[in-house]
Amino acid sequence: MTIDEIKSPENLVYAKPRLLNDRHMHYCPGCSHGVVHRIVAEVLEEMGQDNNTIAVAPVGCAVFAYNYIDVDWIEASHGRAPAVATAAKRLNPDRLVFTYQGDGDLAAIGTAETIHAANRGENITIIFINNAIYGMTGGQMAPTTLEGMKTSTTPYGRQPELNGYPLVITPLLAQLPGTCYVTRQAVHTPAAVAKAKKAIRRAFQSSLDKRGTSIVEIVSTCSSGWKQTPEKANQWMVENMFPAYPPGDLKNFKD
Amino acid sequence: MESNSNVPGKITPDDNVRLMKGNEAIAHAAIRYGCDGYFGYPITPQSEVLETLEALMPWETTGMVVLQAESEIASINMVYGGAATGKAVFTSSSSPGISLMQEGMSYIAAGELPALVVNVMRGGPGLGTIQPSQADYWQATRGGGHGDYHFIVLAPATVQEMADFVGLGFDLAFKYRTPAMILADGIVGQMMEKVVLPPFRPRRTDEEIARQCPWAVTGRAASRKPNVMTTLELDSATMEQNNERFQRTYRLIAENESRCQTYYTDDADYLIVAFGSVARICLKAIEEMRAKGIKVGLLRPITLWPFPQKQLAGIAAHTKGMLVVELNAGQMIDDCRLATDCSIPTFHFGRMGGIVPNPGEVADALLSHFPEAAN
Repeated sequence: MTIDEIKSPENLVYAKPRLLNDRHMHYCPGCSHGVVHRIVAEVLEEMGQDNNTIAVAPVGCAVFAYNYIDVDWIEASHGRAPAVATAAKRLNPDRLVFTYQGDGDLAAIGTAETIHAANRGENITIIFINNAIYGMTGGQMAPTTLEGMKTSTTPYGRQPELNGYPLVITPLLAQLPGTCYVTRQAVHTPAAVAKAKKAIRRAFQSSLDKRGTSIVEIVSTCSSGWKQTPEKANQWMVENMFPAYPPGDLKNFKD
Repeated sequence: MESNSNVPGKITPDDNVRLMKGNEAIAHAAIRYGCDGYFGYPITPQSEVLETLEALMPWETTGMVVLQAESEIASINMVYGGAATGKAVFTSSSSPGISLMQEGMSYIAAGELPALVVNVMRGGPGLGTIQPSQADYWQATRGGGHGDYHFIVLAPATVQEMADFVGLGFDLAFKYRTPAMILADGIVGQMMEKVVLPPFRPRRTDEEIARQCPWAVTGRAASRKPNVMTTLELDSATMEQNNERFQRTYRLIAENESRCQTYYTDDADYLIVAFGSVARICLKAIEEMRAKGIKVGLLRPITLWPFPQKQLAGIAAHTKGMLVVELNAGQMIDDCRLATDCSIPTFHFGRMGGIVPNPGEVADALLSHFPEAAN
C-alpha cells in the first residue's frame, strides 16, 4: 500500500479547515486560542458563512486573530469590540457578526460595552476567552484572576482587600433579558472541544436567527502567563479555574 | 404624530424651507444626505441632534440606523465599526464628550475611514459650562488624540451651514478617506434661523458601497480576499510608510480644500479673523466701525484645518494689523501668526467661560490695540 493510497478521502480523519490559513500563529505552545480559532473556522465553514461574516478582534493576545481566519475582520480598540460589532450588525443586519475577546478586554476595560450590547440584545455572538491573566502584556492581573493567584502585578497572590475579587461576569450577562444563550465551555480534552464547537455553532445560529446576544465563555489556559507546561496548565485549570468558573450552560432557549 | 415645539413633524420632500435650530438642521440634513447611521449620547448643548433623529424615525423611511449609545466612547467606536463597513455614519457631542472620543477618533483617522463627528462646543475645561465656547480649536485642528493625524474641520457660522456642512463633510471624508468634523459652537447649535434643507438623496446600495469602498469590511465577498480594518502594524518600517501615506493625503487636502469667506478686505487697513458665530458678531462690529470711517475687514475661516493660510497671508500683506477674536484664551491666533509669519502686529480678543462678546466690545478691543485706527 502506497502513501497516496492511504491518503484517500475515505481515510481522512483530520483536516485543517479551509478558513484557517497557513500563517504561523504567534500563540504560545499550549495556549487555548489556537484550538478555539480552529473550531470557530470549522463552524463558520460548516455553516456556509465564509462570505457572510464580520468578525471583530480585540486588544490582547487575540489581537491578530484576523491574520489566521480568512473572513472579513475589524480590529477594535481595547474593550470596544461589542460597540464596533453593534454598528456592524445594525448596519449589515444579514451578516453573522461576532467578537472574540479576552478577559481584560471584555471584563475590565470593556465592561460597559459588553453589558450594554448584551442588554440591548444586539444580535451578535461574543466569544470570551477567560484565562485569568493578561497574556499579551506579560502576565498581569486580569479581572478574572483567582484569589491567591500570582501574576506580575499580584506577585504575592491576588488579595481581595488589595486587588478586589475575581469578576465572574458571565452569570451577570445571563441575567440580562437581551441575552439568549450564555454558556461556559473549555477546550482541554477532545470531548470538551466537541462540546465547545457545538456551543459556538448554537451561538452563531442564534445570532443569525436574531434571538439576541449569545455569549460563549471558554475557560482557557495560559501556559506562559501561568508559568506551567501545557499539560500542567490543563490540570491546573481543571483543579483551580473550574471551581470558580464551572463549565455548563448558564442560559439557553428552547429550539 | 402630533407636532409640537420639541418634536419636528414628519418631513416631506417639498417642505424644504424651515425655521429650526442648528442642531435640528444637522439631523435633517443627515437623513437627506442618505446617511446610513447615527450613534450618540446626550450632552448639552447638542442633544437635539439625537432627539430630532429619534423623532423623525428615519429607519422607517430611508433605513438610516439611529442608536443612543451607553457613552461617547461607545458612540465613537460604533462610528468606527460602521465606517469600517463602508457606511456613511456620524456622531455628535459637545466638548467633554468629544474629549472622551479622542482615542476612537485616532483609530478612525488611522483606519483612513470616512466618517463625520460634530462638536457643538461648550465652555471648559472640565465639566465647565453649557454655554457657548470655541475652546476646542486646538484639540480639533491638532488631531486631539494620539499620533500624527488630522480631521478636516469645518466651522459653520449659520444654521444654513450646519445643514450644508453635513453633506460637505461626508463628501470630503469619502473623497480623501479622512474623517471630517463640524466644529460648531453652542450658539450655532441652539439658535433658530431660516434654513433651506438640501434635497433628499437615496442611501447608497450595497453594490455602490462595494464599488466606492473596495476596502470595506462588508462580510467577505466570494470574489476577493478578506478585508481587514486594523490600525495595528508592529513593523516600524511599514508603520512609517503608513504615516507617510497619511501625510500625503493631508498635504493634498491642505492644497485643495482650505476655505474661507472675506468681507470688506479689499481696502481694509485692519483685519479681524474670527470663525463660527463670533464672525457674525465681528461683522456687525466692522459695519459699525466702517460707518465711522474705520476701514476694517473680516476673514472667516470655514475650514479650520486646513487653515486658509494663503488667503490670510494675501490679505495681511496689505493691512496694518490683525485682531483674532475667539471664544477662548487665544488658540486660532497661533495659526494666524503662522500663516502671516508674524509679519504684522497680531492681537487676540476673547471671552471665556461661555461669555459671548457684543460688537461694541470687539470694536473697543480693536481700537485699544490700534488706537491710530480711530484717527
